[in-house]
Amino acid sequence: MLPGMADTLWIGTRKGLFSLRALGGRRGWKLAGPQFLGHIIHHVVQDPREPRTLLLAARTGHLGPTVMRSTDRGRSWREAAAPPAFRRAAEGEKARAVERVFWLTPGHRSESGSWYAGSSPAGLFRSADGGEHWEPVAGFNDHPMRPQWAAHATPDGEFLHSILVDPRDPRHLYLAISIGGVFESTDGGTSWSPLNEGCAADFMPDPEVPFGHDPHCVVQHPLMPDRLYQQNHCGIYRLDRPGRRWQRIGKAMPKKVGDVGFPIVLHPLNPDRAWVLPMDGRTVWPRTSIDGRPAVYATADAGASWRRLDRGLPRSRAWFTVLRQAMCIDAHPRPGVYFGTTAGEVWASSNGGERWRCLVRHLPEIYSVTHAA
Amino acid sequence: MACTVRIASPLRSYTAGAATLTARGSTLAEVLGSLEQCCPGIRFRMIDEQDRIRPHMRLFVNSSEAHELSAKVADGDTVHVICALSGG
Repeated sequence: MLPGMADTLWIGTRKGLFSLRALGGRRGWKLAGPQFLGHIIHHVVQDPREPRTLLLAARTGHLGPTVMRSTDRGRSWREAAAPPAFRRAAEGEKARAVERVFWLTPGHRSESGSWYAGSSPAGLFRSADGGEHWEPVAGFNDHPMRPQWAAHATPDGEFLHSILVDPRDPRHLYLAISIGGVFESTDGGTSWSPLNEGCAADFMPDPEVPFGHDPHCVVQHPLMPDRLYQQNHCGIYRLDRPGRRWQRIGKAMPKKVGDVGFPIVLHPLNPDRAWVLPMDGRTVWPRTSIDGRPAVYATADAGASWRRLDRGLPRSRAWFTVLRQAMCIDAHPRPGVYFGTTAGEVWASSNGGERWRCLVRHLPEIYSVTHAA
Repeated sequence: MACTVRIASPLRSYTAGAATLTARGSTLAEVLGSLEQCCPGIRFRMIDEQDRIRPHMRLFVNSSEAHELSAKVADGDTVHVICALSGG
């Protein structure tokens, strides 16, 4: 981290944007906001190539989806001139419209100003000018198999998320669709193929389908880009490329806890270390902390074993739900881990999850917590 | 042809706070195009990329709700942009 750059958590909520700025080496945090009060903020992401730049994905209950851009660390924002939008449908073709911009990913470090966005219904979009103008990625959006890849959406639509850009090769991309599966492109998004072998899809009539899975969050280690982790609707997985078969590392989780959840985050320097936040996926899928006792689980051996980390978290009667964008990690050698709940609380640990404390309460429903330096 | 456009509060960040504007056009599509000229970005928040009125938007020409952008607008008409949202 550069001298003088304070850790900041950007908190996207159902009713606006907030931030927490670290004071005194993460001992204290100062809340600011709301900005965009009443706007639905799905994701806020800093550009690692130009740290003064942030993009956020927004809409309101009434208004269509858009992207806002800041070039002064979030002090002021300007709307994209051409937000993500599907191409005009041809005669007789099903007409798609972006309902929400759900995910933002900065492009490769060699491609200044490039960004990717994922939407619901599932669409992939690219900007070459820092988020000012967006174009649909035809190779994915118009792929002849795309209707089948995302054929079983819930009534809310399918969500395209976890857009990953290989730090070694800007043409090597991954994305995930919930529900649809994980897909890979090695030609900059011109062509795509499913990458779901080994993942369970036990909600499908045929659990051995090549696509139609429900990845909740997929992450790639920046220093070992051939290592992917996935928190899926049906378990926690690891994939070491060039292999194509995901290994269910969630089998090592305690049976009473299971391996269902939304987010997964990785240690910035150690590809063997990951954190998840299990939720209740039994019976009618409450998606809360299991038995009202929230806990983070961490692995230090790439998923061979997991350790419960709940010191400082409520011991009982705490029914957390933490969404896929709402958990993050900072870049300190002993990393801070953070998560936000749908009940409007932000929890933090400055020692890799060993001890937790609540930084703020009473925010609106939290959709996204991301770290910026 | 000139008409009056009444802007709902969620869209007034595009109109510098103005609740009423004057626009030109003989159809709703032309009126919204005219509005976009003076208030860039406002159209896409109301109308999707397939030229459909977004689910929580309602457009009226005088007292009649318009469901298509081809709806006629006459000189002196008032176009009402109304937001329809339920729940918390």
